[in-house]
Amino acid sequence: MLGYLIRRVLAIIPVMLIVAIFVFLLLRLTPGDPAAIIAGDMATPEQLERIREAMGLNQPIHTQFISWMGRLLQGDLGTSLISGTPVITMVGQRMFPTINIALLTIVIAVAIAVPMGVLAAWRHRSWVDYAVMSFSVMGFSVPVFVIGYIFILVFSITLGWLPVQGYAAPAEKGFGEFLYRGILPALTLATIYIALIARMTRASMLEVLGEDYIRTARAKGVKESRVLFRHALRNAAVPILTVIGTGFALLISGVVVTESVFNIPGIGRLTVDAILARDYPVIQAMILITSATYVVVNLIIDISYTIFDPRIRY
Amino acid sequence: MLFKTRNFDTAKTILTVENLTVSLPPAAKAPPVLNRISLTIRQGETVCLVGESGSGKSVTSLAIMGLLPKDALFVTGGRITLSGTDLLSQSQNAMQDIRARRVAMIFQEPMTALNPVMRVGDQIEEVLESHTSMSAHERRQRVIDIMKDVHLPDVERIHRSYPHQLSGGQRQRIMIAMALVLEPELLIADEPTTALDVTTQQQILSLIAELQEKHGTAVLFITHDMGVVAEIADTVYVMKSGDLVENAPIETLLRAPKQDYTQKLLRAVPSLVPRAARPVPGGDPVLRVESLDMIYGGGGFFVKRPGTHAAKDVTFDVARGRTLGIVGESGSGKSTVARCIMRLIAPTSGAIHLRDTDIAHLSRAQLKPHRQHLQVVFQDPFRSLNPRWTVGRSLIEGPVNYGTSARDAMARAAELMGIVGLPRDSLDRYPHQFSGGQRQRIAIARAVMMQPDVLVADEAVSALDVSVQAQVLELLDDLQEKLGITIVFITHDLRVAAQICDDVIVMQRGVVVEQGPAAAVLADPQHEYTRSLIEAAPGRAWDFANFRELGAA
Repeated sequence: MLGYLIRRVLAIIPVMLIVAIFVFLLLRLTPGDPAAIIAGDMATPEQLERIREAMGLNQPIHTQFISWMGRLLQGDLGTSLISGTPVITMVGQRMFPTINIALLTIVIAVAIAVPMGVLAAWRHRSWVDYAVMSFSVMGFSVPVFVIGYIFILVFSITLGWLPVQGYAAPAEKGFGEFLYRGILPALTLATIYIALIARMTRASMLEVLGEDYIRTARAKGVKESRVLFRHALRNAAVPILTVIGTGFALLISGVVVTESVFNIPGIGRLTVDAILARDYPVIQAMILITSATYVVVNLIIDISYTIFDPRIRY
Repeated sequence: MLFKTRNFDTAKTILTVENLTVSLPPAAKAPPVLNRISLTIRQGETVCLVGESGSGKSVTSLAIMGLLPKDALFVTGGRITLSGTDLLSQSQNAMQDIRARRVAMIFQEPMTALNPVMRVGDQIEEVLESHTSMSAHERRQRVIDIMKDVHLPDVERIHRSYPHQLSGGQRQRIMIAMALVLEPELLIADEPTTALDVTTQQQILSLIAELQEKHGTAVLFITHDMGVVAEIADTVYVMKSGDLVENAPIETLLRAPKQDYTQKLLRAVPSLVPRAARPVPGGDPVLRVESLDMIYGGGGFFVKRPGTHAAKDVTFDVARGRTLGIVGESGSGKSTVARCIMRLIAPTSGAIHLRDTDIAHLSRAQLKPHRQHLQVVFQDPFRSLNPRWTVGRSLIEGPVNYGTSARDAMARAAELMGIVGLPRDSLDRYPHQFSGGQRQRIAIARAVMMQPDVLVADEAVSALDVSVQAQVLELLDDLQEKLGITIVFITHDLRVAAQICDDVIVMQRGVVVEQGPAAAVLADPQHEYTRSLIEAAPGRAWDFANFRELGAA
């Protein structure tokens, strides 16, 4: 197990190195002079020369790469071309809202979707099952922004229970305030994950419920709820965990729409702003961070399998 | 042969089933799955329920447990009474309480019957949690006690183990411990030893007998194995497609079976007496294996791990038209040898001469011309045919790969259907439209399509009922006669080996412990292991087909 862990962690190095090379080349391989792209159409030759000098573009490409990697390893992701602030600071500020909302979303989604899926599988082909499946299709097909605006209309404007927009950091304003402002965006984001996780739970449970050991549990006179949650669900866990894990990674990188609808200062919007402004150092940083998130989340999923299924040993 | 001759006339009646009828949903308009079944089990008695697959044995047991699959099978008539309690009128909750406390069940395959992600100690303890108000400490103590009662070694360690860390026999002991921890009045055992090796089977059977003696449990034992029945039954009930055809005390049933069906069932039990030796043909052997070694695994990233030596220095040869049996228990290496011969895996060292070529270390491309001379029939006919292909398409795939035109191949396939005893229109049908025995015929036809020199049959009749088994063995014999095929027959079943093999190899933990003509090896075994295998074969002193002791003429 420890050997596997070490190997898995070591395997992150080549993956991240390839991503880093790609990110580095992103700027250098774009057609034309990077300095010209950065400086824009109105730049004078002197300005261009100054930018080249500042970015080290006059040096050979491998020297550039080594010094870029050196800075990267020290946590220096460069400076934003637009605001002039270090990228690491910008991302740091934006990261927490996104992570906090993502965590809240996943907690809500799992809490709702898993019991839904279990129930649908248990009452296979009954009205409960059909209701869960119909909800699931709806959750997949209605666009996020529509759901977001419907929630705002119902809960904020009509009922007046919750604020329309905004974000409160739990560390500064307390968990209650965070929940008060975060619940609507999290619910909005959760819809599609509820659909996804409920479907996966149902499919996985249906398979497990046909197994011999479920019959054994019933033959032991074990209560039905215990048969479902203690015997079946744990055996059905591996595919469900996979969906939850990838779902979480997707949340970190792909919450642009929700952040826009609810006006949350997260990295989704930071990325979009950076792309629109061609703020290359920020884009590079975002790609690096997203890739790192995927790699780490995958590692966590793989390790969590061994907790749920003792037969999986690396 | 000593049969049980205990008398239960004065014993208390534990279970009565009267005119039990179980049907499919009315919409199916099918005849009942169980048709007015009646049986009685008394305290301390072992009742065996025998019959072929689909006869309704398991449905009977599930009906008693109240575990019939909902929406699929319904009790439509009759009564089930357990010591005065009418089971069919109990509520869900009441039935839940009766299970494990008053009637418990063990199943065929202990690996799949135990929850793979729960420690076995916890699985036994769960019975106590569900049915008693014992404290955690008392529960643990009771679990340890019952684990000792079923003679598990190193109880503390096994208590913390997961099912996959135990052997098949240990897993079945856990199942038995779980079933008997609350000392139920009735134990239902549904083919509990079918998935086990003979020596393990013997231990489990004597364990059940021992515990039954100790607690006076009534046992309903479901099996298709007449050998097991002869060993353990007090009374036997014979079932055939949902009907109860005959019941009698064991000795009466084996000596003087009344019904045709019972006689047919007994006649089909293969004899342990080896077949008459066939003349040894001249000429070079078709298949010659020399010093075959196979080591799995080894290597390792940080530390060098030793591999598993699955086959050690295996040497044998088979002549054209002969049948060689490779016999052994699970883990003996017999399947490894089979896979090496077929070159599904590459042996670590040694030579495999097929006709004149050593195929042991050929590359994938070099192997191609030799593959068609070596064909295989696997154990499970339900999984070895592509369910989405017609039988015809499965049959012609091989020859077409080797350049035969589809039309010629189809003509040959149609001809072969006749030889294996299936209607010609079978070619247009799909595997699920056939029974297990028919599917195994199809699998054999598929192999024979390639006109192989050597046919490897890997436990090819182990999943079949005895009567079907007899027919398939006859078919193999027939094909061998007509086509001169050499057969390598891998089996754990000594009765089957005795029926079909000319020569036999006995393997144990990767090593060949004994080899020679079947008549010599099985009738006069020299090695201790071979002897223990033969002694463990249930009902070995009885000649089932002739309704008398072996040797009594």
